[in-house]
Amino acid sequence: MIIETILSLAIVVGASFALIGSIGLVRLGDVYSRLHGPTKSTTLGIGGLLLASVLHFSTGGQLSLREILVTGFLFLTAPVSAHMLAKAALHLGVPTVTRAPSAEDQDAFPETVAVARRPVSSTDASDRP
Amino acid sequence: MITLALYFGYAAISMSMLLCLYRVVVGPDLPDRIMALDTLYINGIGFLVLVGISLDDTVYFESALLIAMMGFVGTVAWCKHIIRGTIID
Repeated sequence: MIIETILSLAIVVGASFALIGSIGLVRLGDVYSRLHGPTKSTTLGIGGLLLASVLHFSTGGQLSLREILVTGFLFLTAPVSAHMLAKAALHLGVPTVTRAPSAEDQDAFPETVAVARRPVSSTDASDRP
Repeated sequence: MITLALYFGYAAISMSMLLCLYRVVVGPDLPDRIMALDTLYINGIGFLVLVGISLDDTVYFESALLIAMMGFVGTVAWCKHIIRGTIID
């Protein structure tokens, strides 16, 4: 009964994290922020589902550890693929969604205004390497 | 209770796969589509794990491991093709 409750909780948490990651993939603004959703939430969701699988197949007596292999592989490869995707997006020059600081932001954080304005005033997009 | 949790899991994973398919179709740039395909195969691994739990069969983990390895190699190959123009150099 305890095992069953933990297993159901792991399934629900894992599937919810996978869904949240995919919602972030659809809802966020540009490529660089969209990298945030899948690479964290989806691997955590798959981690929850595989934990449920380990619990389910370990109830027969012997410990089932093959799922740990999938989890470890995903945890190793997700940062690598995210890094490669970010490098590819930078190489293609995919535009970002920038937002000018509003009046409330300038009142609240006056020391950041100069930093936030610098790319707009001094540099051009064409002189980047 | 496991049956209810499995139903919820099937619904959530299917919904997230549909959202990834939306991003594959309308994604404005090439890295968006690669990222959505990456998330799509990870969700496919989760779906296979759920099928393995509900059918009480361990053979699905071999395919999950294969999908994980092949999907990672595919993502890295696409990114290398964007960055360098070639895959193996």
